[in-house]
Amino acid sequence: MFSKLQKIKESILEFFIRGSGILIILFVVLIFLFLLKDSLFFFKSYPLKDFFTQKKWLPISEPPSFGIIPLLLGSIYVTFFAIIICVPLGMGCAMFIAEVAPSFLRNILKSFVEILAAIPSVVLGFIGIVWLGPLVKKIFSIPTGMCGFTGSLLLAFMALPTIISISEDALRSVPYTYKEAAFGLGATKWQTLWRVILPAASSGIIAAIMLGIGRVIGETMVVMMVTGNSPIIPSSILEPLRTLTATIASEMGETVRGGLHYFALFSVGLILFIITFIINFLADLFLHRSKK
Amino acid sequence: MNYPCKIKTINLNLFYGEFQALKNINIKIPPKNITAIIGPSGCGKSTLLRCFNRMNDLIESVRTEGKVIIDNQNINLPETDLISLRRKVGMVFQRPNVFDLSVYENLAFGVKIHRLYRSKTKILEEIEHALESVGLWKELKDKLKKNAKNLTLDQQQRLCIARVIILKPEIILLDEPCSSLDPIATLKIEELLFQLKEKYTIVIVTHNMQQAARISQFCGFMLLGELVEFDTTEKIFTYPSDTRTENYITGKFG
Ligand SMILES: Nc1ncnc2c1ncn2[C@@H]1O[C@H](COP(=O)(O)OP(=O)(O)OP(=O)(O)O)[C@@H](O)[C@H]1O
Ligand SMILES: [Mg+2]
Repeated sequence: MFSKLQKIKESILEFFIRGSGILIILFVVLIFLFLLKDSLFFFKSYPLKDFFTQKKWLPISEPPSFGIIPLLLGSIYVTFFAIIICVPLGMGCAMFIAEVAPSFLRNILKSFVEILAAIPSVVLGFIGIVWLGPLVKKIFSIPTGMCGFTGSLLLAFMALPTIISISEDALRSVPYTYKEAAFGLGATKWQTLWRVILPAASSGIIAAIMLGIGRVIGETMVVMMVTGNSPIIPSSILEPLRTLTATIASEMGETVRGGLHYFALFSVGLILFIITFIINFLADLFLHRSKK
Repeated sequence: MNYPCKIKTINLNLFYGEFQALKNINIKIPPKNITAIIGPSGCGKSTLLRCFNRMNDLIESVRTEGKVIIDNQNINLPETDLISLRRKVGMVFQRPNVFDLSVYENLAFGVKIHRLYRSKTKILEEIEHALESVGLWKELKDKLKKNAKNLTLDQQQRLCIARVIILKPEIILLDEPCSSLDPIATLKIEELLFQLKEKYTIVIVTHNMQQAARISQFCGFMLLGELVEFDTTEKIFTYPSDTRTENYITGKFG
């Protein structure tokens, strides 16, 4: 009797777990199909080739031009610089918290990182507009501080908590015995960290960086507020630009539902989806390889 | 008893905070022999062993008094160069603690941090020697690139010994090196230690009295932080001079 009840319980549980798994896959597939469908509408009346080769994004001029290149470049610029800033900084911080800082300092730092993660992006955007932007403008003596670089700085700031806390976890979960072994062989603290602990934590650290990058690419609010919102091909990171995400967010409200512009934005969304998909795929590939 | 000695302690006391774990230890360990340290759990065997390469320094609350003399030098002084000390006095731990790296990298680690050799071929040669001396070369020569975590526990522990040997130490400390191994693997490690004693001074902590009796030439019995008796293994196991030793050996406690 008991075992029968147990069996029913277990099969319900199994059904539920399996269902959740399938649901997730279903969601992703549905979102993809949804984006694909509306994009196909768009490409029926706007040539795919122009989408990828036109150098201008002018949705409301006559005739309109939907070249994704300026937006794509905007995203790539901002993301690239954000990564260059936040990866070394985040790694350094994680190593300091995990391996160097005395325990009281570690606790203080960790709570600060948590607070950092909880700041809404609107607030960061606000800080960017009133404070960071003017500062960037002054430092580089450029006409406006609302540019790609300001966006990169803020995005780096937003990705930091993710990178720090996950890499710190990875570093701290390296068994103490490794350290003992390394010290026992006469290694210094830094040699131990560099040659033993980092390699042992590498898969966790790569995951942390990838998640950070995901955060940077997908972020919308901050880039919309501080990067100048100008969909032209930027010649440097110090110029105003616009990312894929900011384009969708700022133009979706003004479009006619079912119009060409409306569907164009879905195509932008599809590109964004494909990019994040590729990044996740690469991250997975890398994680599996480093485990072997 | 008069004999040459490699390691000697003079009035060694050690405290973990308030707790005194070693009480006035005076021990003289002879070179190129296996010395076993036995005693019940918690008597301070590991603590004493870790005094010989200053591993206790890693624990913040530790305070030591007295001298630890290796080759006529007191290493228990603040100015001691811990890096070269630990190269000279290698340590093997209770659980095999190979790094999460390839077999090659595990062995090259010490070579690199001490900058012993530059050329790749020389390093490979030394790796071969080290693996040869722990009887692993035949098994592993085609697996140098494999992650050491995938080896059997017995192979891992041998690799840990090889990792020490490649640095050409003079002393090897082993803290219950066989406690996570099965009897056959244990016997293999014991045979290995027996060969190694020709070249190195070996100090081994063990729970296992038969093991101490089988492989060691000298033996110390510890109890509650004191070194109760130190003598040849033969004497300790046949006619110990202290009744506490006798009680332990005959299995009355511990
Ligand atoms: N880090 C530490 N902090 C405080 N006390 C400690 C610490 N390490 C060991 N001790 C105490 O010191 C005493 C000796 O410990 P030690 O590990 O040297 O014993 P042992 O003889 O090696 O025991 P075992 O056979 O269980 O390994 C024990 O009472 C232990 O509780
Ligand atoms: Mg012990």
